[in-house]
Amino acid sequence: MAEDADLRGTTTLDGFRVLWVGIKREPRVFTVATLGAVLFGVLTVADAWVLGWSTQNVLIPAFENGEIGTDLLVWVVALFMAVAILRAVGIVARRLGGGIMYYRMQSHTRRGVTRQYLSLPMEWHQRHPTGQLLSNAYSDVEAAWSPVMPLPMALGTVVMMVIAVIQMFVADVVMAIVGLLVFPAVVVANLLYQRYASPLMTRAQGLRAEVSEIAHESFDGAMVVKTLGREVEETDRFRAKAHELRDVNIRAGRIRAVFDPALASLPSLGVLVVLAVGVSRVASGATSAGDVVTVAYLLTIVSFPIRAIGWLLGEFPRSVVGYRRAKAVLDAEGNMPYGDDLLPRGEVGGALLQVEDLHYAYDTDAPLLRGVDFEVQPGRTVALVGATASGKSTLTSLLTRLVDPDSGRVRIDGHDVKGLRKGELPRDVALVPQTAFMFDDTVRDNVTLGADVSDAEVWSALRTAQADGFVAALPHGLDTQLGERGTSLSGGQRQRLSLARALVRRPRLLILDDATSAVDPEVEARILASLRDDRSDNVGDGGGASGSAASLVVVAYRKATISLADEVVHLDEGRIVGRGTHAELLVSSPAYAHLVNAYEVDADAEEAAR
Amino acid sequence: MSTTAPASGTRMDSGEDIGAIATIRLGMKYSPELREGLRFTLFLAVVASCGQIVVPIAVQQTLDRGLNGPDGPRLDFVAWMGVLAAIAIVVTSIASYAMTSRLFTVSERGLATLRTKAFRHVHDLPLLTQNTERRGALVSRVTSDVDQVSQFLVFGGLIFVVSIGQMLVATVLMLVYSWQLAAVVWLCFLPLFLSIRWFQKKLSAAYTVVRHQVGVLLGAISEPVVGAAVVRSYGVEDRTQARIDTAIQDWQDAYTHAQTYTVTSFSLGGLSAGLANAGVIVIGVLLGFAGDMTPGRVLAFAFLVTLFVGPVQMGTQILTDAQNAIASWRRVLGILETPADLIDPGPDGETLPRGPIDVRFSDVTFSYPDGPPVLRDVDLAIAAGTRVAIVGETGSGKSTFAKLLTRLMDPVDGAVLLDGVDVRRIEAASLRRSVVLVPQEGFLFDDTITANVRYGKLDATEDDIRASAVQLGIDDWLSGLPRGLQTEVGQRGESLSAGERQLVALLRAHLADPDLLVLDEATSAVDPALEMQIGRALERLMQSRTSVTIAHRLSTAENADEVIVVDKGRVVQRGPHAELVTQAGSVYSGLHRSWIAQHSHH
Repeated sequence: MAEDADLRGTTTLDGFRVLWVGIKREPRVFTVATLGAVLFGVLTVADAWVLGWSTQNVLIPAFENGEIGTDLLVWVVALFMAVAILRAVGIVARRLGGGIMYYRMQSHTRRGVTRQYLSLPMEWHQRHPTGQLLSNAYSDVEAAWSPVMPLPMALGTVVMMVIAVIQMFVADVVMAIVGLLVFPAVVVANLLYQRYASPLMTRAQGLRAEVSEIAHESFDGAMVVKTLGREVEETDRFRAKAHELRDVNIRAGRIRAVFDPALASLPSLGVLVVLAVGVSRVASGATSAGDVVTVAYLLTIVSFPIRAIGWLLGEFPRSVVGYRRAKAVLDAEGNMPYGDDLLPRGEVGGALLQVEDLHYAYDTDAPLLRGVDFEVQPGRTVALVGATASGKSTLTSLLTRLVDPDSGRVRIDGHDVKGLRKGELPRDVALVPQTAFMFDDTVRDNVTLGADVSDAEVWSALRTAQADGFVAALPHGLDTQLGERGTSLSGGQRQRLSLARALVRRPRLLILDDATSAVDPEVEARILASLRDDRSDNVGDGGGASGSAASLVVVAYRKATISLADEVVHLDEGRIVGRGTHAELLVSSPAYAHLVNAYEVDADAEEAAR
Repeated sequence: MSTTAPASGTRMDSGEDIGAIATIRLGMKYSPELREGLRFTLFLAVVASCGQIVVPIAVQQTLDRGLNGPDGPRLDFVAWMGVLAAIAIVVTSIASYAMTSRLFTVSERGLATLRTKAFRHVHDLPLLTQNTERRGALVSRVTSDVDQVSQFLVFGGLIFVVSIGQMLVATVLMLVYSWQLAAVVWLCFLPLFLSIRWFQKKLSAAYTVVRHQVGVLLGAISEPVVGAAVVRSYGVEDRTQARIDTAIQDWQDAYTHAQTYTVTSFSLGGLSAGLANAGVIVIGVLLGFAGDMTPGRVLAFAFLVTLFVGPVQMGTQILTDAQNAIASWRRVLGILETPADLIDPGPDGETLPRGPIDVRFSDVTFSYPDGPPVLRDVDLAIAAGTRVAIVGETGSGKSTFAKLLTRLMDPVDGAVLLDGVDVRRIEAASLRRSVVLVPQEGFLFDDTITANVRYGKLDATEDDIRASAVQLGIDDWLSGLPRGLQTEVGQRGESLSAGERQLVALLRAHLADPDLLVLDEATSAVDPALEMQIGRALERLMQSRTSVTIAHRLSTAENADEVIVVDKGRVVQRGPHAELVTQAGSVYSGLHRSWIAQHSHH
């Protein structure tokens, strides 16, 4: 219990710390919004004063004398309008200021968080689930700054309270003290409300996420649900969660139903007490009737906005959690150091790739690579072959320096990739990953990624990747918008665009990480053929020397892909267990033969068994 | 036999065409709970809102009779009045509790119903219709949009009704005091009332932009996360950051723009109130000269104005919030208003007998909406118990066969008949029991293998599942998994490899024990060792039922009883592999050549 209270205490403190960060970041907007709120508060009190003034100086004299000066009437209109206009200015400054500060703070944090995503090493990315990173950048940021909206109002309320309390004391000390008892009562009621309601609200927030997850998954698997006729069961699954959420919301609602009228009636009861005390004091001659009215009126004006402070504090738990999560990203350390080396400019041929004694472990108990050594001569093709989890994909991410090895080195044209200047490696080395990622952009921009490349070159790359046909059939050709992550395309089409993206850059080292796995075998065969044609063309242009074609590293399962290679590197459990041509390895290594022939061997066996 | 049906590709209804009042009416229809006890709740609301006038009355009574009465200050009167007022406050508080509590219960129940109905309806819609909406947007239509409506109903809706009531009461009271002054007050508020519609339109447009920008922002944020490897290996960090920064700025601008309208409409209310106060005093004084007015009545009127201003301010505020809520409600209702083109005949439909099914395509033509025909005049029969492979180039229309057979789509022209019955006349439950599709990508739910496999047969025991695994010859693989059947497959099954996901999908299909098995063969290359197991499992799965496979492998075509070759939407060849392969220069021999080329690199 004590621990619980402690936690709440620190949450309130931390909530103010988060707000302080925001105030320091946007001091001007904050000042404008707060001044607006103060103006609003002051003028709310002033409204009553203007009415009093008008009664005293215009209304009563006018009725008594039967005439009134036009200038006085003008004064009445001017005063009321001045108060109204100033108050409107206050509202605009407060609400627009609060809004702008809220949006700006979110923008600042999102820029910071996404910059971190772009600069933190891949290893960091691999350790954090995608869903978490997405919510860190969106909903956590939103939650973190949610108290910024009610902040000016709450501060304005504090100012208003101070003014009112002073006025109350000026009017009558005893009544003021009696009236002030309302404030702690309201604050305690608010705290009690938070205490009962916030666990339910947290629970509801979690349930909302769960409902959303079920919907997402179920709609993703719509094909399975439909073809197996499981609509009823899926609906039951969804309904169960939706009802759980409903019940929590109803419980939270009932608590609110208790506290809402309680919070509203506390000041009213306070006014009644003030009236009773006031009348007795008037009877004893200690105070005047006017002062009783003033204190009662001030009490009603001020007690309602106290809730604005409650709203502010109510946002704190969510805010603090959201801020901590976003902050964890902002504070994450680690970036990839770059050197100053440059790769030779103007080279057209393949790059020389040297891999020296690479060791790499994602977690130390299970090393993924244990001493890998090989090289790819300019213009040559090497296939990486191995069973699932033998370290092939890890190796490709080391070659393109998505991650750095624990020991050993990767050299391109003799330069250690770690010593290269930022941006040098992508100039000459292109990786085509197994899962093709598409940007929410046009086909053209997805291929060029902003590089200055002519449409003719784009089409040529698309042709080599066997993507020209379906791109030409798209409604706007190269200008077709692919939409969110290219979901309008099939997996195979995305892979081909992803390949074209690499080819258009004319890399000197091309790395294909099982990059044609979702492509129909016939189409894949054509891609491989045109890759080879391109390469032999280049060889022709270069006068027969192998130095003018790009060097190629392919990870593959299909024999046709493997057989394209000049050399095969057979990986098993992070080690090279065989090297040579496909034909040599088939003969010399039974393990290799078993691996690549598994399916055919089995089919043949069944054939024979018939 | 041939009937013409609309292509099953209706777009998802955005709901944008439903008017505000129609939205509420339609909403009530789908959530009948919202009507429950509405009158009593409204009555309670009226009682609760009376709480607001208790204190002003008490103050006025104290002044007039407790303090300034003819006998001077009267403590006993004030004490009694205080007790009465306190009782009134307690009573109205209880009414307020009952009202809020009922309101929460009714709205949450009504909206849970709406949410569930909308969810169910999404599954009743054809895949094509589902795909006309982004997945994320579809999800938000059954989640955050519903939350938005519930927030509004609970906090806004009733206050709005009560506000209107209070405005009317205040107007009536003002008319009783002085019709001239009442007219002045209404005149001062007229510009505000007239501008509300304009503000609503602007706000509605502004929030449409906001929602769009939120989508763009979410997309941009996902790029450095989901596309981390690509961004890095292509060195396009700066470009990606620029895209994100633009999205962030546009998002901020859209929100600021919308906020400007909200703020302006709100501050306009305050200006009107100031104008009304001044007007009442000035006109009151002038009326006083004419002998129609006393200072007491003018002052009383000034207080009445505040009773009028409060609800007006509240009402304007709620009307602007309502824009957002109504827009959300529309989007949820839009799902329910989207017609499900593939109508289940229900219990009136025919039931397929058990045992291998014979299939007939009767002059089937299919095209996507606004697209050229994908299949043209396909007329063929597949005998019960045979094993058929459909082959063709990518884009030849072969996958359409699978979708028509499983009634994921209906033909535009012609009919698909199973055991002689048009699929459109077969009860959906019967069709789903007898016909099972194994799609290319075996989608798995984030649960255990057991739970995933049970999608095929709900009451399957672990022993049933193990027996199925033995029959498919994949029990070795299953027992090799660290936690066996209890292995968690992760989101979308991503803890398993692509090949393993296929094995689970096959196991699921085997438990479902269909009479017609439709297989869209996976094209993705997997670890050869797994490939071998998949091949063996497929072989056994197809035994003793009719099977139609959209084939990508030579071996599948070779092992089929019959091969159907599709080219440009037509069936161009059919017969056993051995026969077709000898037809030189045919489509099939071309396909065969490329398959051979794939495997000849020994």
